[in-house]
Amino acid sequence: MAAVSITVNGKAVTGDVDPRTLLVQFLRENLRLTGTHVGCDTSQCGCCIVHLDGIAVKSCTVLALQADGGNVLTIEGLAKPDGPLHPMQEAFRENHGLQCGFCTPGMVMTAVDMVHRLGNELDEKTIRHELDGNLCRCTGYHNIVKAIAAGAKAMKGYQQPA
Amino acid sequence: MYAFKYHRPGTIRQAANLLAKNPEAKIMAGGHSLLPVMKLRLAKPSDIIDIGRVEGMNTIELKGRSIVIGALARHIEVANSKTVKDALPALAEVAGMIGDPAVRHRGTLGGSLANNDPNADYPAVVLGLGATIITNKRRIAADDYFTGMFSTALEPDEIITKVSFPLAKKAAYQKFRHPASGFALVGVFVSKRGSDIRVAVTGAGSNGVFRVKAFEEALKKRFSPKSIEGMTVPADGMNTDIHGSAEYRAHLVGVMARRALAAA
Ligand SMILES: Cc1cc2nc3c(=O)[nH]c(=O)nc-3n(C[C@H](O)[C@H](O)[C@H](O)COP(=O)(O)OP(=O)(O)OC[C@H]3O[C@@H](n4cnc5c(N)ncnc54)[C@H](O)[C@@H]3O)c2cc1C
Ligand code: FES
Ligand code: FES
Repeated sequence: MAAVSITVNGKAVTGDVDPRTLLVQFLRENLRLTGTHVGCDTSQCGCCIVHLDGIAVKSCTVLALQADGGNVLTIEGLAKPDGPLHPMQEAFRENHGLQCGFCTPGMVMTAVDMVHRLGNELDEKTIRHELDGNLCRCTGYHNIVKAIAAGAKAMKGYQQPA
Repeated sequence: MYAFKYHRPGTIRQAANLLAKNPEAKIMAGGHSLLPVMKLRLAKPSDIIDIGRVEGMNTIELKGRSIVIGALARHIEVANSKTVKDALPALAEVAGMIGDPAVRHRGTLGGSLANNDPNADYPAVVLGLGATIITNKRRIAADDYFTGMFSTALEPDEIITKVSFPLAKKAAYQKFRHPASGFALVGVFVSKRGSDIRVAVTGAGSNGVFRVKAFEEALKKRFSPKSIEGMTVPADGMNTDIHGSAEYRAHLVGVMARRALAAA
């Protein structure tokens, strides 16, 4: 076993893990943050995407120990539990950007990362290209693309609550 | 995954010592090739030596007529680097074509080259430019480095620290992307540096990345798609799998080479 300490959604957490523990397992099984999903476990689908030190990563392909000392943001940390939704979440709701919702946490985290890197004006081509690593088996992507374009605009000037 | 011990050394020297002491140990950089094969139990390292956060190993510098890039430079860093975009845009483009954004956020230059996946993109650039692999022990010319699929000239306790890419007047990469995996079904990198002309192919060969000497010869007169009009490579020695036959891949080598020349 090995000690790991990570800041998750602004809170310092520690754990004692088997070195094999994936970041996604640590989040879901140790911390019970089950919003981050495992769709494939083979780095393909993007359901497990979280932000590690500010950038989107597939948490099924990162060891918890690789994230030791780091800062992780999951879908649960995007908005306050009792506050309004994050603008990107709200845009997914408004635009019917989900059906079963399984891919949605990864889509939203990818979308927020996309805005951080590429700005608030995202055209359809860019969004589709950037969604290369996120699979959705339900929606056919159209409304996800619309939601991301709208959410990106809505994020202008938005401050992530601490 | 099989169980392993985890280490996070602070320097490459410490990592090399650990590697020398544990013959079944493996270096981990981004983990984006190693973790998937460990999950499949195709690799069973006794120890994981995580160099992912060794400092100062992701630098990108213009040095004379070369760009020198640290082994831990992530694909996204190479793709977005102003230095690379200005001096060797083809290299930035290749890095930007690897996998998807999240993969590019984790995967590293050194990891890709040490892994030498027969369908990976970086090997084509390294061989196609005649780059130099710099390790904790020595410098290895690209022509001596790739020794077959998933096989390189690296010794068991050797660690890539940098790669030096010579600037080329003309260079371009064209990739026929596998639609599901994103890897190259066939990718061709072409370059012209003075009289040194190179055509390197990834994805196609059953022995990993290779140069097409016949194309290079034909391009000496004129570095243009016309010079290799109608030329192909023999299907013999090409990879065959459910994604494409040897004949199909051989055909694509010619097509992608001409497209790369048109883009260069
Ligand atoms: C979904 C997905 C899609 C992908 N698509 C593509 C693609 O389209 N094109 C492409 O080229 N690649 C692709 N890849 C592979 C990706 O680029 C990997 O990140 C890269 O091949 C390995 O880099 P890494 O840093 O993750 O290496 P790791 O997984 O950490 O290591 C890989 C191997 O290299 C060794 N190693 C690592 N660093 C060093 C070093 N400095 N010195 C010596 N040995 C070292 C390790 O011991 C291990 O054997 C994809 C990967 C995934 C998961
Ligand atoms: S569960 Fe991580 S990419 Fe699918
Ligand atoms: S909404 Fe069901 S997988 Fe995307």
